[in-house]
Amino acid sequence: MVALSDYLILGAILFCLSIAGIFLNRKNIIVLLMSLELLLLSANMNFIAFSHFLGDITGQIFVFFILTVAAAEAAIGLAILVVLFRNKRTINVEQIDTMRG
Amino acid sequence: MNMSDFALIVPEIFVLTMASVILVIDAFLHSDRREIFYLLALTTLFGAIILTWVNHFDGRALGFNGTFVVDTMADVLKFVIYLVTAAIFVYSRQYLKARDLFKSEFYILGLFAVLGMMILISAHSMLTVYLGLELMSLSLYSMVAFNRNNVLSSEAAMKYFVLGGFASGVLLYGMSLVYGVSGTLDLAGVSEYLAAQQSFSAPILLGMVFIIVALAFKLGAVPFHMWVPDIYHGSSSVVTAFISTSAKLAVFGFSMRLLIEGMGIMQDSWRDILIILSVLSLLIGNIVAIAQTNIKRMLAYSTISHVGFILLGFIAANPEGYSAAMFYTVTYAITGAAAFGIVILLSREGFEADNIDDYKGLNYRNSWYAFLMLLVMFSMAGVPPMVGFYAKLLVLKAVIGQGMYWLAIVAVLLSVVGAFYYLRVIKVMYFDGAEDRNKIIVGSGVHAVLSSNALLALLLGLFPGTLISLCLTAIS
Repeated sequence: MVALSDYLILGAILFCLSIAGIFLNRKNIIVLLMSLELLLLSANMNFIAFSHFLGDITGQIFVFFILTVAAAEAAIGLAILVVLFRNKRTINVEQIDTMRG
Repeated sequence: MNMSDFALIVPEIFVLTMASVILVIDAFLHSDRREIFYLLALTTLFGAIILTWVNHFDGRALGFNGTFVVDTMADVLKFVIYLVTAAIFVYSRQYLKARDLFKSEFYILGLFAVLGMMILISAHSMLTVYLGLELMSLSLYSMVAFNRNNVLSSEAAMKYFVLGGFASGVLLYGMSLVYGVSGTLDLAGVSEYLAAQQSFSAPILLGMVFIIVALAFKLGAVPFHMWVPDIYHGSSSVVTAFISTSAKLAVFGFSMRLLIEGMGIMQDSWRDILIILSVLSLLIGNIVAIAQTNIKRMLAYSTISHVGFILLGFIAANPEGYSAAMFYTVTYAITGAAAFGIVILLSREGFEADNIDDYKGLNYRNSWYAFLMLLVMFSMAGVPPMVGFYAKLLVLKAVIGQGMYWLAIVAVLLSVVGAFYYLRVIKVMYFDGAEDRNKIIVGSGVHAVLSSNALLALLLGLFPGTLISLCLTAIS
């Protein structure tokens, strides 16, 4: 039997992986977008596990909304990425540094 | 769910319908008749003002199984959002036309962002909080990227998107922990659960910390402020104005719902975190602003220091403090709109008035606008009789009422430091010679709206009573 804590540990691992992906990533913005998706999925994992073990369906309903919003967010993120690439001809994180101060 | 639930969301339904109607008309109308969208967007906001006014009542009503709430706080915040957004739409017309950006999308995205803010302010369940926040943020990301041939604005959009998405993810993770422990998404349910606890368990404290991190991100409090200067600098001045005023009001509503209504009972746990955020915001905001040569970056750091003051109201953790924070946010939104209004006004085709040096000798070019800028800068610095003085006074009074004298002293000292960079703008306007001899061309509508917006900062300072009592009834 898989216990609630196992799911929560999995969620926490996914959360840490995505945070590491956002802050340690020095190369590619697409990896950043993937990490953002993973961040939302780690929250989803928690919601589903809690929902199942509490016997309460609202957590699973929330997950549907999160998935929908994540799809919209990915669409906007990729659109911004295309605009950025057309202007700068690069998607390297280190070269996105025109503004300072 | 019954029909009376729908009566609560009439303004939201109206804004949604009108935004969708404009979207559809756009597909059929010739592109040289864009003036219509501008007028329709303004009509929508005025319609929403009327509907919110007609719909308002004393007290509080929950709808849709407790996921949506209408109370005085929601009505007041929505009201200010409509007015500020309408003012920014008026300022935006000339600016966008000069840059060939006068398109219906700007107004459609603006209206959807306003809809998100309305839902966020009226949210009474973690689900509605999240949906309102995302509707607002997704529209704002696109608005920042709107000037799509500009390197700075696309870069700002990417930074805003990544950090905003990160904040939403952290918020969701925190919400999932709070849901798991309390077993409900409803904010009243969370509050009830917390009230029944002797001490708070580790998961709920962790959830609370995650939620505060997300709030600090959205508010732009130090150390989660790194996006603020870049986004203010990079996006078009009209979008910056929108983000720093309307969105700030919505995020204030968001903090009130989640932190105070949901987790107000845990105030002893979150107070220390907010003290750190607030002192750091006052420190970094006021000191780094001195080093800025770009007025939009300067205003960004000034926003950060104002956020520090708003957080002081939360730290007082009583109705007096919350209403002081609300008064501060509302008046900041009004003065901020006027400040960015002048930045927008002085910009013209191929020229952004975003360096402080661009304001040299403004008094000799146009003494009226220099005077309006003077009012706004005095208000932000907290000089009486401007409204900014009363806002700071109320917040400090609430903090002193809780016996936190050292915090009040730190805040006052740092706002004295902050007065330097506001006064520098005034010095540049009045005592330096004009380098730029171009005439300032302004439409009569913009002139009237901007003048009344800036004079409102003076008027509210002379007669603050009505707004103060309104904020007090909104909170209690």
